[in-house]
Amino acid sequence: MNIDSINRGIVLDHIQAGRSIEIDRALGLRELDCSVAIIRNVRSDAMGKKDIIKIDEDIDIDLDVLGYIDPGITVNIIVDGVITEKKHLSLPKRLKNIVRCKNPRCITTTETALDQEFVLIDPARRVYRCAYCDAELGAGV
Amino acid sequence: MRHLINITDLTVEEIEELVTLGEAMRARPQDWRETQRGRILGTLFFEPSTRTRLSFESAMLSLGGSVLGFASADSSSTSKGESLQDTIRTVSSYCDIIAMRHPKEGAPIAARMTSNVPVINAGDGGHNHPTQTLTDLMTIRREKGTFEGLTIGLCGDLKFGRTVHSLVLAMSRYAGTRFVFISPPELRLPGYLLEELREKGIPYEEVERMEDVLPQLDILYMTRVQRERFFNEADYVRLKDTYILTPDKLALAGEGLRVLHPLPRVNEISPKVDDDPRAVYFDQVRNGRYIRMALITKLLEENP
Repeated sequence: MNIDSINRGIVLDHIQAGRSIEIDRALGLRELDCSVAIIRNVRSDAMGKKDIIKIDEDIDIDLDVLGYIDPGITVNIIVDGVITEKKHLSLPKRLKNIVRCKNPRCITTTETALDQEFVLIDPARRVYRCAYCDAELGAGV
Repeated sequence: MRHLINITDLTVEEIEELVTLGEAMRARPQDWRETQRGRILGTLFFEPSTRTRLSFESAMLSLGGSVLGFASADSSSTSKGESLQDTIRTVSSYCDIIAMRHPKEGAPIAARMTSNVPVINAGDGGHNHPTQTLTDLMTIRREKGTFEGLTIGLCGDLKFGRTVHSLVLAMSRYAGTRFVFISPPELRLPGYLLEELREKGIPYEEVERMEDVLPQLDILYMTRVQRERFFNEADYVRLKDTYILTPDKLALAGEGLRVLHPLPRVNEISPKVDDDPRAVYFDQVRNGRYIRMALITKLLEENP
C-alpha cells in the first residue's frame, strides 16, 4: 500500500498496533484541515505490527498526551521532505488536564475549576496518582 | 505559607517537637493561657464532627484565642453553590488560621491554593486526618516512651478509615515498625499504601482474625466501620460488627499492649474493656486537645 510521503509535517512512528485511533481522538486530528493518514498494522521488524500517523502540516502536538498513551512512539519532524528531528517520548512525570479522576469522593468531582492533575508514582507499572485524593490511575486514555 | 494537609508534611523531628510541646502544655496548661490572645481560629466543618471540632475550639480557647466558623455545610455559603476555593478565600480574610473538615478527598489541597492563612486538615473524606494522627502519636509516645521498634495492629475499617491511613504513613517512618492489618477482605488497606510499605521494605501482614495476632502487638488501633463511607447500606450492616474487642479477647494480649481508638466507637470495643489499664482511648482524647494547642502554636509562630 502506498501513501505519499510528506514534504512538511509530522510522522508519528512506532505506535503500538491498534492505538492510532485513540491518538487520533486524543490529539483532535479530525479537526485539522490538512491531510492526515492513519496507517494500521504496518509490518515492523522490531514490533511485529505497528501503526503510523502522517500529518501533512507542522502542528503543535501535546507530547505529554502522546507519551501518556504510548511512550514508545517516535515523533519525526519533516521539513523539505527529510526528517530534521526525531523525538523519543517518555511517560510524563505529571499529567495536567489529560484525564479525569474517577474517584467519586475526589474534590475534583465537585470543584470543577480545579486542574485535573496526576503524578507518576511507578514508571515500570505506569501508575499515576491523583494529586488531590491519591487515587491510582493506570495508563491509557 | 505552612499548612498541615498530610501527616508527612511534618518531619519526624517536627513531630517529636510537637509531641514534646503537647506534653509541656498538658503538664502546665496555665503557662499557655494567654499566648494566642487576639488570634482567631476559623473552624470550617463541611461535614459534621463533634469531637474534632470541639477539640480544635477547646485548644484555641485554651491558648487565649477566639473561634469562629460553622459546623455543617448547610450553614455555610456552600449551600448557595459557592465553591470551596471562594469560601476559603473569604474566610481566610476573617481569621488567622483555619481548621477544615470536608467530605471530599483532597479538599484541603484545593483550600490551600486560595488561603491567605495556614490550613489544617481536620479530615478529608476517607483520605487523611493528620491531627488525629498527631493525637495517636502523642498517646503512643506517652505510653510506650518511643516510636521505634513497635508492632502495630490496626483493626476494622482499613479501607475508608482516614485515621488509619495517616497513622500508617506516620509510623512507617520509624525504625523497626511492623504492621499487622486486621480487616475483612472488603475493608483492606488501599493498594497505594501497601505499595508504599513494600517499597520502603516495611514488614506487614494482613489477617482476618484478631485473636491470632493479639499476643504479638504493642499497639492495637481499633476503628469504627464508617457508615457514611458506604454507598450500600446492606454492605455496612454486614460488616459493622466484624470485630468486637471484649475482655476475653484482651486476655490473649500481653500486659504491654495499649488499645487506642480515634472514637467515636460503635460496637467495636465492649464498654467492659474501658477499665482495663491497657485501654487508653479516653486518655487519647485528652491528648487531642494539647497536641492541637501545640500545632496551632507552631503554625502561628511560623506564619506570624
